[in-house]
Amino acid sequence: MAALVRLETRLSRLREEYFLKNRSVDEDRKIVYKAAVKIQSWFRGCRVRAYLRYLNKMAISIQKWWRGYQSRRYFRKMIKTAYFIMKMNFYNEMAVRIQKRWRGYYVRKYTHNYYALKKYLEAISLNNEIVRNELQEYAEMNEKKKKKKDLEKKEKEKKYKARKMHYLLSTEQIAGIYNSPFRKFPDPMELLLRQSKPLSHRQQQPKSPFTYDLYDWPTCKRPPAFPTGEPLPPIGRQKPQGPFRDAAEVLRQRYKPLEPTLRVAASISSPLEKAREEMKREEWRKCIHDNEFLPFSSYHKNEKYELSIHASEKIGKETYGIKHFREVQPNKWIAGKDFQTVLPSIVLFEKFGKTYSKAGQIV
Amino acid sequence: MSQRQVLQGVISLLRPLLLDVVPTIQQTAALALGRLAYFNDDLAEAVVKEDILPQLVCSLSEQNRFYKKAAAFVLRAVGKHSPQLAQAIVECGALEALVICLEDFDPGVKEGAAWALGYIARHNSELSQAVVDAGAVPLLVLCIQEPEIALKRIAASTLSDISKHSPELAQTVVDAGAIAYLAQMILNPDAKLKCQVLSALSQIAKHSVDLAELVVEAEIFPVVLTCMKDSDEYVKKNGATLIREIAKHSPELSQFIVNAGGVAAVIDCIGSCKGTVRLPGIMMLGYVAAHSENLSMAVIVSKGIPPLCTCLLEEHEDHIKAAAAWALGQIGRHTPEHARAVAETNVLGTLLSMYMDIRSSEDLQLKAKRALKNILQKCTYLPALEPLLHDAPPNIMKHIVGQFSKVLPHDSKARRLFVTSGGLKKVQEIKAEPGSLLQEYINTINNCYPEEVVRYYSPGYSEMLLERVENYQPVL
Repeated sequence: MAALVRLETRLSRLREEYFLKNRSVDEDRKIVYKAAVKIQSWFRGCRVRAYLRYLNKMAISIQKWWRGYQSRRYFRKMIKTAYFIMKMNFYNEMAVRIQKRWRGYYVRKYTHNYYALKKYLEAISLNNEIVRNELQEYAEMNEKKKKKKDLEKKEKEKKYKARKMHYLLSTEQIAGIYNSPFRKFPDPMELLLRQSKPLSHRQQQPKSPFTYDLYDWPTCKRPPAFPTGEPLPPIGRQKPQGPFRDAAEVLRQRYKPLEPTLRVAASISSPLEKAREEMKREEWRKCIHDNEFLPFSSYHKNEKYELSIHASEKIGKETYGIKHFREVQPNKWIAGKDFQTVLPSIVLFEKFGKTYSKAGQIV
Repeated sequence: MSQRQVLQGVISLLRPLLLDVVPTIQQTAALALGRLAYFNDDLAEAVVKEDILPQLVCSLSEQNRFYKKAAAFVLRAVGKHSPQLAQAIVECGALEALVICLEDFDPGVKEGAAWALGYIARHNSELSQAVVDAGAVPLLVLCIQEPEIALKRIAASTLSDISKHSPELAQTVVDAGAIAYLAQMILNPDAKLKCQVLSALSQIAKHSVDLAELVVEAEIFPVVLTCMKDSDEYVKKNGATLIREIAKHSPELSQFIVNAGGVAAVIDCIGSCKGTVRLPGIMMLGYVAAHSENLSMAVIVSKGIPPLCTCLLEEHEDHIKAAAAWALGQIGRHTPEHARAVAETNVLGTLLSMYMDIRSSEDLQLKAKRALKNILQKCTYLPALEPLLHDAPPNIMKHIVGQFSKVLPHDSKARRLFVTSGGLKKVQEIKAEPGSLLQEYINTINNCYPEEVVRYYSPGYSEMLLERVENYQPVL
């Protein structure tokens, strides 16, 4: 009970105390609260920081490991390529050495073969020598031919001259000009004259107009020698003898125009004959048939009656051009073309009887 | 003027005589017209204007062979002067009549017709085409096979005139089978015939490689080489032309000709002739040498250079000298060996003098300069280069000095020779712009020698020494 009395005495102050206490507590509460928050926040922060640090460390370690792995991979790749490049360089180098040797060999042997070229040039000079010799021989041969031709021409001229001057030959009594008595031996011309036959004074045949070339035409060297309209004389003609009439007279006679007499100039048939002819023509025109009229009517009884054209044809369609009268079977033909109707002659048979003597000739 | 009127009056008088009854008068009138027209182209025009040609063409088909010959002569005389007159002849339908004449039996008529066709076809390619279209070519090939020499000559000359204008016309002639007959006729002894045949073959061969190969396949080698030894100059010229036309197309053809000994024949031919007859032979050597260095060496080995040098020295005509210079350039431009072979004959001095001579034509100067350049760029034969140092103009000088600068650094004997012959002194006297190619070459040469020597030979050295003597303070 004492406590209760004490408590009741304090009761009046209770409300104040209670209020004051609450007020002080209230007032402290904010501060305390803030302090508590601060402490908690710092602690939480610590925890989180520790956690983050831990996370960081883990991430770093993962990344470290990963990076190391990547780099090692890359490094291995690099090494591989470097090795590869080294190998390729080596191979290239060796290939270059081989190619060098090969190209040198090939060029020296085939493309710029020095020895072959030398041989070729020697062969060319040899060939040239041969060609030159041959051409020289050919030229000399030509020269000789030309000289020979000239000589022959001169000889021919000399001989012709000698023939023309045959009268200068020396006789028994009179020495000719080429056979002077003061000479030891006669002149060569004299010998020629002795050998040659005298030239007869036959008129030379006029040169035929075909022989001079067209080169002469533009320069007026010769007048044009066109032959007149005469035909050539027959071969082996005997020269006609005797005194001849004047050629102009003969030609006049030969080509005298016709001068017919009046009787001849008039027409051949007289008017009477002409009239008769006309009558005959009329009759012929009007005549229907050629059978003559017979005197008795029974003469032609035995004759068969000839149908006229209109009755003698079959009635019906004209077969001309439509019906073909000969059957054709193209699949049986042996050749595509028609047979030849005119055969070529056989050469051997033509000669039959002609190549041998008359004794075997066929009459 | 009055003479011309008189002559035109003559033509109008001759015209009615062409229609005369007596055949001899017709023929003589035609012959007179032909002769008048042949020498004077005014008269030929007058003949065309007076409408005489249609009459002639009509009567060509009807009359006897003497008239045909005379009419063909008139057509030839008119057609020879100018392309317009030939065109007038074609327009009045003469070609068909002439082609019909080519089938005639008489060889004189064929000759006249072929000659007229030849003169017409000579002018230009349209007229040639007209002649070919009239169907003349197969008949001409038949004419060539005839035994008369004059007819063969004229037919060959006509084929040559037809085929010279264009490759298609030449192909037409070849398709008619002309080459085989022409090739056979090279063996004929008649000189004028050979001339025409060779000319025809060369006109065919000149257009393209295929035509040239066709001509070669007709086995003309080595028969053609005998033509090079013929006594007639024009046969030699035409033979050389034919070989030239074949050689210029390709290295294989040139090789073939060289193997057949053609080069030797042509060289002999050049040596034996004078004047324009040499020209095709010279050009042939140039073409052969231009294709490759082996062929050029073959030309050198066949002793081709001495005749070319004599040509250069002896000939008077500039175009022949130009051709010889060009040929020498083609021979010498391949390698130092070739250049040495050319330079050993001392022809470089001649080329230089020709280039410097004011009287030589432009063409000659140009060709001489090019030849000189080409040879100099490969020439390492110093004794031949020395004399050129003294006379050459600057644009040639740089090549010469360039060659020296290439050879001297490696050859000590040559260096010594260069100094003793006065070359080094000459080089010092050359004034060149600094930085130019010439100056570089000069520097290279100067670097081959010790400095004192260079200074010794530089111009004005004696004055410099004297100056130094003057300025010297004697040591007492």
